[in-house]
Amino acid sequence: MRVYARQPVNLTQIRIPRGQVFLIPDRCKGCQMCVEFCPQQVLRMSHEMNARGYHYPEIAPGKENACVHCEFCMMVCPEFAIFTIEVDSA
Amino acid sequence: MAHALVAEKHPLDDLIRRDRMPHIWCPGCGIGIVMRCYAQAILESGIPVERHVVVSGIGCTARVPGYMNLDSYHATHGRPVPFAIGLKLAKPELMVTVFSGDGDLAAIGGNHLIHAARRNVDIKIICINNFNYGMTGGQVGPTTPLGAKTTTTPYGNPEHPFNLPYLMAAAGAVFVSRWTALHVRQIKEDILYSFRKPGFTFVEVLAPCPVGFGRPNDIEDGVEEMRIYRRRSRLVYRVPDEMPWEALEVDLREERPIYVGRFVDREREVFQPVRLRS
Repeated sequence: MRVYARQPVNLTQIRIPRGQVFLIPDRCKGCQMCVEFCPQQVLRMSHEMNARGYHYPEIAPGKENACVHCEFCMMVCPEFAIFTIEVDSA
Repeated sequence: MAHALVAEKHPLDDLIRRDRMPHIWCPGCGIGIVMRCYAQAILESGIPVERHVVVSGIGCTARVPGYMNLDSYHATHGRPVPFAIGLKLAKPELMVTVFSGDGDLAAIGGNHLIHAARRNVDIKIICINNFNYGMTGGQVGPTTPLGAKTTTTPYGNPEHPFNLPYLMAAAGAVFVSRWTALHVRQIKEDILYSFRKPGFTFVEVLAPCPVGFGRPNDIEDGVEEMRIYRRRSRLVYRVPDEMPWEALEVDLREERPIYVGRFVDREREVFQPVRLRS
């Protein structure tokens, strides 16, 4: 007997969005808020520096397609330096 | 190793002054987060930017109007509230927001704040509480928790802090809420809600100050203070039904919950000066 409980009825219709991270490196001050609070751990700090000597985030290895466009990095960035744009998941 | 795509322009760049970025706030400071929430709320409010006005006093937070690309006023220390009252009474069609810090609003402008709340003037207050005077070098302020170390209280603060939501609710504000800088969606929703709510509204945001407050109190950086907020925040509605008002006092040193949420949402008559008949 199949158990129907605990399964959303629209499970097959739900499409997980995909996002592309955009960065303005010269505004970044390396506070690491986006790296810390990304729910998918898409970002990490790079070894490179911007013109002011701050390390800025980059996409972690193997996470190139992991962004789900929740926009939390954009919301939590105090510097207006990072945002995501939804891309076609196809 | 993959780079994020490099962009030239942020989606909210039309609302901020691009030429003045990056701003002066320290790495890990929470003021920029709240400024972004405010810009997003302006965008979603449906009120044209020409009708939005932002007023501030002196301090780190009071730099926000300088970075917003709308009509903005930088008043003297502690006096953004009287300035905003005058603005609102002279031009009632404007949406007047006061964006200032705890030292500016609660210490030097404390009387203006409580009397504006008593009169229920139709202005929107966004108060960023970072527990100290950040711009002048981390001195003790009226919201510094009891026992916290600052540059002027190296052995611990002997004074009890202001409990700002309690104060504002007692003084007569129609909408009082508190969030931390990590509650970005809730801050934006509450700013948006206060735009639609006639009367004196007060949104307090607890923001990390890694240099002024964090460093003397063994909080490593801004991210660490945000982790503390994430661990200790408890959502409540409608005090005092569920808890005493005194519990709203913030103590960052002890492991006590920091209560966040919408505390007051009520209706009162909005201040309307008597018009002289000709």
